Amino acid sequence: MTTHVGLLALFALFVAVVFAVIAHDEPRQQLAFGVRVFGGFVAAGLVLGWLMFPLPL
Amino acid sequence: MRASTADRAQTIPPLAVTALAWAVPGAGHLLLGRRQKGLIFLVALSAMFAIGLLLSGRLFPLGLGEPLVMLAALATRGMGLAALTAGWAGAGQGVVTAASYEYGNAFLIVSGLLNLLVSLDAYDVAMGRK
Repeated sequence: MTTHVGLLALFALFVAVVFAVIAHDEPRQQLAFGVRVFGGFVAAGLVLGWLMFPLPL
Repeated sequence: MRASTADRAQTIPPLAVTALAWAVPGAGHLLLGRRQKGLIFLVALSAMFAIGLLLSGRLFPLGLGEPLVMLAALATRGMGLAALTAGWAGAGQGVVTAASYEYGNAFLIVSGLLNLLVSLDAYDVAMGRK
């Protein structure tokens, strides 16, 4: 779990859970919103990582 | 459920709820009768903070010398008593050479910021806005 992607997913999970529970009251809405936030975080992380790959850092 | 939440919101000062929510993640919602939300906040934010410490993250010292460090310090203090207790216990020294150091910092800082957001949400509930 201590890989970059593993920690990214864990971080996204916690943030998605908190955002979803704050934003909505109904469990179904919370789940739908949480999945969207989680997916957005993971997808953004992967895309940004891929875009930064050629940079000489 | 809603009625009891509204009743409690009228009897407890909103600022007291906010302060309690800051001190213990989820406690504000628990106090207002929103048990499920409160427990989720308590478990998720505490776990996030603990993982940050386990990943060798740092609880930055409060000081005006370096503005960015001060912002990080304020953010981590958003976890309330957990951050204060960890600091007093000597945890969160941070191991700069550890591969997980920056990850740990991200977990610590964001757990504090999320708890501040949760505290503001508890304030809104206590005010009867939600």
